[in-house]
Amino acid sequence: MSGRREFVCIRCPLGCNITVETENGGIKSITGNTCPRGADYVTKEMTDPRRTVTSLVRVRGGELPVVSVKTAGDIPKDKIADCIRALKGIELSAPVRIGDPVAENVCGTGVDIVAAANVGQA
Amino acid sequence: MKKDLVIIGGGPAGLAAAIAAKEAGVEDLLVLERDSRLGGILNQCIHNGFGLHTFKEELTGPEYAARYIEKAEALDIPCKLNTMVIDLAAEGGRKRVTVMNRQEGLYEIEARAVILAMGCRERPRGALNIPGYRPAGIYTAGTAQRYVNIEGRMPGREVVVLGSGDIGLIMARRMTLEGAKVKLVAELMPYSGGLKRNIVQCLDDFDIPLKLSHTVVDIKGKERVEGVTIARVDENSKPIPGTEEEVACDTLLLSCGLIPENELSESIGVAINPATGGPFVNESLETDREGVFACGNVLHVHDLVDYVSEESSQAGRNAAAYLQGALAGKGKAISLRAADGIRYTVPASIDVSRMGETQTVRFRVGSVYRDAALEVTCGGRVLKHIDKRVLAPGEMEQVVLKRSELQNIGNSESITFSVRTEKREV
Amino acid sequence: MYDVIVIGAGVSGCAVARELSRYRLRTAVLERACDVCGGTSKANSGVVHAGYDAKPGSLKAKLNVEGSRMMEALSKELDFPYKRNGSLVLCFDEKDLPALRKLYDQGQENGVEGLEILSKEQLKKLEPHVSDRAVAALHAPAGGIVCPFGLTLALAENAAENGVEFRFETEVLKIEKTETGYRIFTDRGTLDARAVVNAAGVYADRFHNMVSEEKIHITPRKGEYCLMDRKVGGLVSHTIFQLPTVYGKGVLVTPTVHGNLLAGPTAIDVEDPESVNTTSEGLEDVMRRAALSVDDLPVKQVITSFAGLRAHEDGNDFIIGQAKGASGFFDAAGIESPGLTCAPALGKYLAKLILEYLPADEKPDFIARRKGIPSMALASLEEKKRLIKENPLYANVICRCELVTEGEILDAIHRPLGATTLDGVKWRTRAGMGRCQAGFCSPKVVEILARELGRDMSEIRKNDGGSRFLTGYDKDGIDG
Repeated sequence: MSGRREFVCIRCPLGCNITVETENGGIKSITGNTCPRGADYVTKEMTDPRRTVTSLVRVRGGELPVVSVKTAGDIPKDKIADCIRALKGIELSAPVRIGDPVAENVCGTGVDIVAAANVGQA
Repeated sequence: MKKDLVIIGGGPAGLAAAIAAKEAGVEDLLVLERDSRLGGILNQCIHNGFGLHTFKEELTGPEYAARYIEKAEALDIPCKLNTMVIDLAAEGGRKRVTVMNRQEGLYEIEARAVILAMGCRERPRGALNIPGYRPAGIYTAGTAQRYVNIEGRMPGREVVVLGSGDIGLIMARRMTLEGAKVKLVAELMPYSGGLKRNIVQCLDDFDIPLKLSHTVVDIKGKERVEGVTIARVDENSKPIPGTEEEVACDTLLLSCGLIPENELSESIGVAINPATGGPFVNESLETDREGVFACGNVLHVHDLVDYVSEESSQAGRNAAAYLQGALAGKGKAISLRAADGIRYTVPASIDVSRMGETQTVRFRVGSVYRDAALEVTCGGRVLKHIDKRVLAPGEMEQVVLKRSELQNIGNSESITFSVRTEKREV
Repeated sequence: MYDVIVIGAGVSGCAVARELSRYRLRTAVLERACDVCGGTSKANSGVVHAGYDAKPGSLKAKLNVEGSRMMEALSKELDFPYKRNGSLVLCFDEKDLPALRKLYDQGQENGVEGLEILSKEQLKKLEPHVSDRAVAALHAPAGGIVCPFGLTLALAENAAENGVEFRFETEVLKIEKTETGYRIFTDRGTLDARAVVNAAGVYADRFHNMVSEEKIHITPRKGEYCLMDRKVGGLVSHTIFQLPTVYGKGVLVTPTVHGNLLAGPTAIDVEDPESVNTTSEGLEDVMRRAALSVDDLPVKQVITSFAGLRAHEDGNDFIIGQAKGASGFFDAAGIESPGLTCAPALGKYLAKLILEYLPADEKPDFIARRKGIPSMALASLEEKKRLIKENPLYANVICRCELVTEGEILDAIHRPLGATTLDGVKWRTRAGMGRCQAGFCSPKVVEILARELGRDMSEIRKNDGGSRFLTGYDKDGIDG
C-alpha cells in the first residue's frame, strides 16, 4: 500500500509545500521542505497532530467580562472540542494575570490551561 | 505642552517605536492612545502564533502586547489613554498635535518630531458594494472579533465569511470553537489573501470549505441576516450568472482588506502612496514631512506583528537620531521602483548617506507566482537575485540590501524591484 | 379620545404634527417603526428643490416653492443641517436646449427666484468638474440640501416638546368610521380620534381605501444611491441634475449637508413596499449614469449604498386634504419628490384644513425653537472647548471617523424621542456614518445604549423588530 499526502508547512512564513509518500502505513519519503522543521512538521501531522488551543473563560469582578486562555502546550488535535467544553462554566476572579492557572491536565492530555491576558479589577 | 517626540498610537507599532526611541536617548516623549488600554488590536487577537521571530516562542496577541507594555512601563514611558488626536498640523519646524480626552479636555501639544502609528481599519460592506438588504448581522471580522474575544458575546450562530484575509480565517476558527457553525469562506480572488498556516489551522482543521473565485451577490433578511447568495466569479471578478447558490445564515463576516488610517497624516500634508494607502517614506521611515515618521499598519498592512515591531523600532531609533541632529540633512536619494509583479516597496527611497549597514526593503507581489525569483536591478546590473518557490500577495516579502551594494549607485538613479518568472499562476 | 391621530412619523406626518402642536389639540403620532423617519423620508436625495419641476398651477408647485422658501428660516428655528448650495440641470445635447428653456419658463411661472441658463463656459467656471459633454445648464441658486432625518427629527422633537404624543412600534391595522370620528385598531390596542391624518408613505393607499369611496393606488418606486467618502465631497458644490430626456430622468450628483458626495437615484417600480434592498444592476446604473455628469467620479470612494422607496400615486400628484366621503380623514398621500422640500408648507397647509374642521385656539406657551445635538465635528475650536468644559464627555471620542463623542451619544439617547437603537444613535449623531461604517464604534455604542437604557447588550437592536446584534454568549452552543 503506497500513498501520497500534500501538506503546507506552517512552521514558518515560508509555507513550503511538502509531499509525503507513504508505504505500508509508514513514511517513505518527504520532499519539498527547505529545512528539517518541515520534515518534523509533516511527520507530526501524520502521526500525532497537535495544536495549541486558545479560548475564553468568564471573569468575576473584572474590567472585562472574559479573559483569554490557552493550553500551556500542544494538545492532540482530536481533543480540541473536549478542551473547549471543559472551559465552559469556569469563572476566575479578577485580577487575572498572564500565566495564572485556569485548569490542570485538561481532558487528560497532561497539559494545563493558563490565562493568556491580564484583566484588572473593575 | 511641549514634547520632543509624540507617538500617535499605543498598539504594537507605537509601543515598539516609543521603546526604541527612549532606549536611544529620547527622554521627553509621549504616547497617545485612543483606546482605554495599550496594545491596540492585539488585545482582541487571542489566537497564538505571535512573536516567533521576536521572542522565539509562540505567544497570543495579548501576551505579545503585554511584553511591550511591560517594557514601556519599565522604561517609564508616559502614555495617555482614551486620548484622541483630532488634528495634526505643521507650524514652522514644529508639529502641532491637537488632542482631547475626558480628564484634560482639549489642548495642543507642540512636538519636534511625530511618529505615526495609528494602524489600519477594515474595508466595510459599503465599499465592497454588496447589494441586498441592510439588516443586523453583517460585521467586519474585526468587529466580530471584538464582540467575541473582549465582550464574550456571540454576534451570530450560522456564519458565512466573505474574504479570506487573516482576520476572517482566524474568526472562522474562533466562531467555530465558541459554538457557531461556519458554513463557508468565500474569496473573490483565485487565491487566499491570508497566511498559509491560517488556512491549514483555521479552515482545514475544522472542515470549513474555502470557495475561491466566489463572492456574495445578495444579502437576504430585512431585520437580521437570513441568508446570502454566493456566486462564482470570472477572471474579471464578475459574478457568473447561473452559478448562484443560496446559503442560509444569520451572520456575514467581512474580511476583505485593511486600509491604513491616514486621515491625520493627510491633515499634516503627508504624501500617500496609492498602492499601500500609507505614506511614502525614505530609508529612515520618515515621510515627506521632515520629522514625521510612520511605522506599522499605518505605513503598510503587515501580516506578522514581529515585522511591525522591527520596523517600528527602526522608526523610533530614527526619530531619536533626528532629534539628536544625527540624521543628516537630506541629500539626493536613490528611488526604489516597484515593477513587474511588485506592488510597492517600503521604503520608497534610500539615501545611502543616512542608511545603516543594511536596509530592509519590504513589499508585496500582486499575484501568486511559483518557481519565480525576486530581482533587484540598477540599470542593467543585477544587485540581487533571490529564487522563490512561491510568492503570494498574502505574504509580505523582504530583501535586505547592504550599504556596500548601494555605494556605487548615483543618488539620482533608481533601483528596480521585480518578479522574474516564466510561469505565472492564476 | 384624541383630537387628531397622525399615522406615520415621516417628514409629512411630523410636519403636520408640529403645526398642530401650536393649538390646543390632543394629538398623537402612530409609527410602525421604532423611530421617526424610518421609511420613505429617510432614504432619498436630501435635496431642497427650487421648484421649477412641478407643473405650474399645481398644488405640488405651490408647496414646493413655499417649502423651499421656508426651509432656511426653519433650519435656524429648529436647528437642523441645511445649506442653500444651488442646483444645476445639465443639458448634454444642443437638441435638448428647448427642453431646458421650458424648464426655465416653468420655474419662472412657479415663482422660483434667480433662475438663469448658463453657457458651457459659465457652467465650467461655476463647476469645474462637470463633464465636458454638458452644453448648457439651468442654474437655480434657490436649490438646497438638507439632512432628511435631521429635518424630520427636528419637527418631531419640537412637536413632542409641545405636547404631541409619539407612539412607536405601533402598527395601524384597521380604521373604522365612528359617530365621533375614527377608531384606529393597532397591534398595541385601539385608539379613537376625531380626525385622522394619513401620512403613511407607501402604505397611505391602504388606509385611505379603508375609509374613502374614491380609491387610490400607490406604487413603491425604488431609488438606489451610492454615498461617497467626505474626502471627495467637494468634487462639486452644487446639486447636479441631468435634464430628463427620452433616455430617462437621469441621476443626480450632490454634496450632502455632511460633506459626503451622493449619487442616485434609480427609479424602478416594485411590488413589495418593504423591498429596500439594493441590487448590483441598480448600483452599477447609478454610478454609470452619475459619471455622465461629473468627470472622474471617484467610484472607489463609495462607503455605502442604500435604497429608498418613493410613494408614487397613479395620478402622479400629491393627494392632500380631506378624503372623499370621509370627513375628518385627511390624506398626505402620494408624497414623492419634492415631498421633503414641501414638508414645511404641507404641514401648514394641512393643519389649516384640519383647523377648519376642528377649530382650536392657539397655545400661548408654544415653544417654537428647538436646539439640536451639538456636533463636536462641526464646532469651532472655541466651541469645542466650551462644550467640553460644560461636560467632559464631549472629549471622549466614540466614533473616530466622524468625531462623535460620548457626550453627543448621551444627548441622542436622553432627548425627547431619544434614540433606542444603533441606527437611532447613528442618524442623530452620525456615529457609524463614516468611512469605517461603524466597524470600530458599534460595540461601544451598543455598550452605551445598554448602560443608559438599563438593558442587556443582547437586547440592543440595529433598528426595527428582530434586528439584534448579539445572539448569545461564547460556548452557548456547546454542551458543558
